[in-house]
Amino acid sequence: MDKKKIKCVVWDLDRTLWEGILSEGDEVGLRNGILTIIKELDRRGILQSISSKNEYIPTMKKLKEFGIEEYFLYPQINWGPKSDSIKRIQEALNIGIDSFAFIDDQMFELEEVKFSCPEVECILAERTDELLNMEMMMPRFITDESSKRRILYMNDKKRRELEEVYDGPQQEFLKTLKMKFTISLATEKDLKRLEELTIRTHQLNSTGNVYSYDELRQFIHSNRYEVIVAQLDDKYGEYGKIGLLLYEKRDGQWIIKLLLMSCRVMSKGVGSILLRYIINDAKRAGVSLIADFTPTDKNKIMYITYKFAGFNELSNEGESIRLEADMSSLSSYPDYVEVQEDTGER
Amino acid sequence: METKKKVRDFLSRFIGNAKINDEDNIFDKKLVNSLFAMQLVVFVENEFGIVLQNEDLNLENFKSINSITDLIELKKDVA
Repeated sequence: MDKKKIKCVVWDLDRTLWEGILSEGDEVGLRNGILTIIKELDRRGILQSISSKNEYIPTMKKLKEFGIEEYFLYPQINWGPKSDSIKRIQEALNIGIDSFAFIDDQMFELEEVKFSCPEVECILAERTDELLNMEMMMPRFITDESSKRRILYMNDKKRRELEEVYDGPQQEFLKTLKMKFTISLATEKDLKRLEELTIRTHQLNSTGNVYSYDELRQFIHSNRYEVIVAQLDDKYGEYGKIGLLLYEKRDGQWIIKLLLMSCRVMSKGVGSILLRYIINDAKRAGVSLIADFTPTDKNKIMYITYKFAGFNELSNEGESIRLEADMSSLSSYPDYVEVQEDTGER
Repeated sequence: METKKKVRDFLSRFIGNAKINDEDNIFDKKLVNSLFAMQLVVFVENEFGIVLQNEDLNLENFKSINSITDLIELKKDVA
């Protein structure tokens, strides 16, 4: 089996998740062992959804009866082709179609999905017993964020729905979220998540560099480097650890080697807040602040983030740009977010 | 005049009804986030068909309706 990893499992219901056929009046019951599988996938951070040909209301009622409706994001219960349902789930979750698996008891449905979405891993319902032991169902790491991933996505859904109905200006909307931003020094227990963040984020990475667990570990134990991690919470719950800043301390000079943030928080000012924090800290330490920037075909937004945070170009050799912070600029945090600095004395 | 109106319309989508004068510093009102900054740059480039160089991308050029308008007029003349 190849290295493919599944991020979302889409379940059929009749004769797959439960025994019997709901619309034919059967007294359906969950298949043996299904509940364990659902809960374990959830713990591993693999998202789950549903594609079932049924009537929406009675089907959701049944899922509620079994107490499992909360495990499924954007369930698709309708009479249309299942490939369409899977595409809708994929759009809503915004993760790659090649990280989807689809489980059904009917070859016809599996073939139909395979035909229009060949990247989707199609699995026959009778193989569900093997599911948890499949290599592709085992994420490289299981972090705090993984086991909460479903909740994070559900919160996102709530926020998006609210943002859509909210009529006022964006800035005012942000205020209503009551965001709380925590900045702290990275510790060993953050490492898996930080590695995951560097691997998953391309657009919002200031150098395009990706660091491994071991490299990050060396940085946090080195006296020359500091790794700062940012966490965001709002009234709907946690976003988790969503930003990282790595810098090197030299005599009279700090050099930012990496600034990155999760795409999910692009509109929340995370990059600017992290930069304001480090500018203020450098000011206190009486050192100048430099940032290394490597343009990629995706990260122009990070260049703008630096420039708008008061950094100016010091040198530009095309593939490597050096920026310096203007220390005279006044740096306070945006008023729509409460910032807590938890980095202790140094 | 046309340019200034377009800039104002664009900004009002983010600032809403808060009163904003042509010379007001919009970043004093704590408006900057990566997405907004990027949208602002893309708006200036696409709406007016100009290309901004790295050196144009600084806070000074984008700090108020007047500065953004000046930047656009300057770049349009070059083009």
